[in-house]
Amino acid sequence: MSASPSLRNRIALQVRDIPRSGIRDFFDIVSTMKDVISLGIGEPDFDTPWHVRESTVFSLERGATHYTSNLGYLELRKALSKYVSKMFGAEYNPDSEVLVTVGVSEALDIALRALINPGDEVLFHEPCYVSYRATILFAHGVPLAVETKAENGFRLTRAMLEAKVTLKTKVLMLNFPNNPTGGVMSRQDLEDIAAFARERDLIVITDEIYGELTYDAPHTSIVSLPGMKERTIFLHGFSKAWAMTGFRLGYACGPAELIEAMMKIHQYTMLCASSLAQKAAIEALTRPEVDVGEMVAEYRRRRNYIASAFAEMGLECHRPLGAFYAFPSVAKFKLPAKEFAMRLLHEERVAVVPGTAFGDCGEGFVRCAYATSLDNIKEAMVRLKRFVGKL
Amino acid sequence: MDELLKILEGNALESRATIAKMLNLPLAEVDQRIADYEKRGVIRGYQTILNEDQLDLDKTTAVIEVKVTPQREGGFNTIAERISRFPEVRSAYLMSGGYDLLLFVEGRNLRQVAAFVSERLAPLEGVVSTSTHFMLKTYKRLGVLMHSEQTDERLTVSP
Repeated sequence: MSASPSLRNRIALQVRDIPRSGIRDFFDIVSTMKDVISLGIGEPDFDTPWHVRESTVFSLERGATHYTSNLGYLELRKALSKYVSKMFGAEYNPDSEVLVTVGVSEALDIALRALINPGDEVLFHEPCYVSYRATILFAHGVPLAVETKAENGFRLTRAMLEAKVTLKTKVLMLNFPNNPTGGVMSRQDLEDIAAFARERDLIVITDEIYGELTYDAPHTSIVSLPGMKERTIFLHGFSKAWAMTGFRLGYACGPAELIEAMMKIHQYTMLCASSLAQKAAIEALTRPEVDVGEMVAEYRRRRNYIASAFAEMGLECHRPLGAFYAFPSVAKFKLPAKEFAMRLLHEERVAVVPGTAFGDCGEGFVRCAYATSLDNIKEAMVRLKRFVGKL
Repeated sequence: MDELLKILEGNALESRATIAKMLNLPLAEVDQRIADYEKRGVIRGYQTILNEDQLDLDKTTAVIEVKVTPQREGGFNTIAERISRFPEVRSAYLMSGGYDLLLFVEGRNLRQVAAFVSERLAPLEGVVSTSTHFMLKTYKRLGVLMHSEQTDERLTVSP
């Protein structure tokens, strides 16, 4: 039943006018169909490492079922501080510069709400994660999308930002390795962006949820560059590297004043992240390398396989360097991405996500997640090849 | 460990063409490297992991702890290799701790395994004592769970 017009008119404008996620619509169709091989799943197919699950059960038995500090367990914040220092190259004080959140999604939301006055502009790059534009609008910000390009490996350049920035721009959002493109930024690329942010006095929000998942070169975080830590909110979480999506656990690191502002929103709206998820995260951080390293090696093999399969069937695709997504171009078939995806789904039972779900400039592309078994990938490539052969 | 071996260890039936794609190598090189490993004896064979509990087999497996006297020349190797040659012995390991050799021994039934221990193994010169444990049920073998169903709980499309 749809809401009556009078009720619809009562919905806040910034909510009413935002369409729901294109992924959601696609999911509704796919979920009614049988025997579909899905390359549309944006979460690891690995199980949460057993030692993490086992210790979560133990925590439950031990009674870790109460509110925690608003910021999160101090033990976890200390472990996070160590991990971020080692993996991303920035030192944060666990007492005042680390906030544990309900996924990176919450962290992003409260970071923007803590920073944005109505009308402030936020620069972000598209194609991007489905929530960015909406989250900016919910915070009464003005989204300024910058289009990244396949021919450039979907990297962001200073020139692209210069073309969009105005005096009202306050925040720059980054997400590398990128969902949906698999694009990454080198240290050199980031240095240009960092210089731009410093000169324009912008606050940077960097979502590095896929930071562990790079395949050809180690990840560089913008927070590790000179003069950036003091103007950056760093976001990360446990969903991807530890396959803990359902635990909903993320965190933000940043200057104490900004973390304090975010904490206020978190305190009044969320109180704290789940105690059990926090206990699980502590366990995950105490033995990370083995689990994560094996997972990365497996993703790399699948990435190699899927890239080579695309090349064989003549599908143009920039080489994905991080996350677990390939973003091939389907423009040469002269079909809108959505129609390509719908026909592929109906004719060959393979689900991919039309690029337009990640911004208008995703037109002409589809996102193929290789976070699924090699057998599934193989069969999907056979079907995809047959499908593009008919077009 | 070489990634190629890791892939084969996980699935010996993986096609050479797939392995080549996964490792970004020419097919000929994958063939060559596997041939080399086989020739050098690094790869000793390819087997199938069966869930024997589903196959009503006439088969009993025992795990036997064996204490032996190492020999002046050859140490544990001479006696361990002698024991390993019995076809009933499916696996044999030299161990640290309270005993020396750990054997996995198969027979058609309990009596046959008992006969092997009392008539073949225990009388061997150098064998000091044996302690035999019969296996009741297999939960996991060679890294593979035997009783869990793999289901994908994930949403079919997600952001």
